[in-house]
Amino acid sequence: MASYSTNEFKAGLKVMLDNDPCAIIENEFVKPGKGQAFNRVKIRNLKTGRVIERTFKSGESLEGADVVDVEMQYLYNDGQFRHFMVPDTFEQYQTDEKIVGEAGKWLKDQDTCTVTLWNDAPLAISPPNFVDLAITETDPGVRGDTSGGGGKPATLETGAVVRVPLFVQIGEVIKVDTRTGEYVSRVKE
Amino acid sequence: MLLDWRPTCAIELMRLRAQMLSEIRQFFAERSVLEVETPLLSHSIGTDPQLAFFTTEYCLSPLRQTLFLQTSPEFAMKRLLAAGSGSIYQIGKAFRNGESGRFHNPEFTMLEWYRVGFTLPQLMDEIAELIAGLFSGQPLQETQRVSYQEIFGSFTGLDPLVFSYQDYCAFAREFQLSEAVAICGHDHAVWLDFIFSHKVQPHLGDNALCMVYGYPACQSSLARINEQCSLITDRVELFINGIELGNGYYELVDADEQSKRFNKELVIRQQQKLAVSVKDKRLVSALESGLPECSGVAIGLDRLLMLLSGSESIEDVLSFPIHRA
Repeated sequence: MASYSTNEFKAGLKVMLDNDPCAIIENEFVKPGKGQAFNRVKIRNLKTGRVIERTFKSGESLEGADVVDVEMQYLYNDGQFRHFMVPDTFEQYQTDEKIVGEAGKWLKDQDTCTVTLWNDAPLAISPPNFVDLAITETDPGVRGDTSGGGGKPATLETGAVVRVPLFVQIGEVIKVDTRTGEYVSRVKE
Repeated sequence: MLLDWRPTCAIELMRLRAQMLSEIRQFFAERSVLEVETPLLSHSIGTDPQLAFFTTEYCLSPLRQTLFLQTSPEFAMKRLLAAGSGSIYQIGKAFRNGESGRFHNPEFTMLEWYRVGFTLPQLMDEIAELIAGLFSGQPLQETQRVSYQEIFGSFTGLDPLVFSYQDYCAFAREFQLSEAVAICGHDHAVWLDFIFSHKVQPHLGDNALCMVYGYPACQSSLARINEQCSLITDRVELFINGIELGNGYYELVDADEQSKRFNKELVIRQQQKLAVSVKDKRLVSALESGLPECSGVAIGLDRLLMLLSGSESIEDVLSFPIHRA
């Protein structure tokens, strides 16, 4: 893997830091007029998701991390692992729940999601920003209410629970924003 | 069609820049300080290991010479002072290689002035007057003057004048800056740069001009060592809202001492395998012939304009930053 100097640290660049793959978020050049130049860098650890700040002497370099985002189809959950497939090559990957994390509650069989691979092994799963999921459980709503004021919890087919307007019923499919976990609209089938 | 032919600053900023320049010229005209121009291209260049310079080639067949773009007009202006110019100022471009960021562009505009017969406190008074005038539309809080030792101590509990490796390391570890230990090693000056820029500078000059004086002797650059205390140097730095704006000295007039400092820096440059710089012998000669007692300061005008306009990045005040130049 190539190495990158502090001058090349741009947002999104993937590098190795303390043996973990990380992504650069922000890089600020700090230099007293008559002093040593530093780069103060905000970095996200891609394994833990934690954001840290680290200072480098300007000109220092870090090794690049072999991290790529691949669109994959979510196949199924065998109880121990989740299985994914690259549609073009049929290449399959499996991951445990620790790596799937929060994304798990939005994954429906056959849906497409983004799998982040580090050295060809899954590192993280990101669901699409919007998913369409059917409601499996919710209190009966009030028919006349279309304003959406108030709301009630609804359990979706993947197990996720979101707040929906009172008029939404069991069996209906709704669109959810996975970044906020919020109901967006009903989906007409 | 490419869109990057456009300037990165708003037209309004160009007007504000023009107004700032005219107010500065007015300020010095009222005080009978002479405006001068000195070359950007020169045969010699500063030896400061922390300043990287641009090199170019002068071809006048069959002559081929290396020339340097100046990192500041300091040496040439001191030669004018030694020649009897009296108090002078200059508004011009300065070049520093490898400096690019939110507060840096490798080519920038500098205001530099020298006051013959002024001590550093006298020059600080004049700096405060100039800044107050420029900010008259959006007045600043009262100017603060504080010694380096006091301000460094108040934010860190450390003594900047006496290097204690253990204390400095313990401080870095306590404040999640443990990378400092590897970066700074046993170099007192680098430790001070690291701690000052991370833990002190961001707090300086909250909507006010803050002048920090009495820098540790290891960061004396071209300033005189203080007469009462050899641990400090007669150097002042200016800050507003945590941004470094300028740097002033009670100027070193001792030719031998100047020559020694140049030689020391040349050795450091060699050890660190930095670009070879050419010591300014004409400056040393000028000092030998006699530089009048004076104080001088340089202010980065692009950063000043950032502060006057509330801009977040130097690009917002430049017509064409380096990537569009």
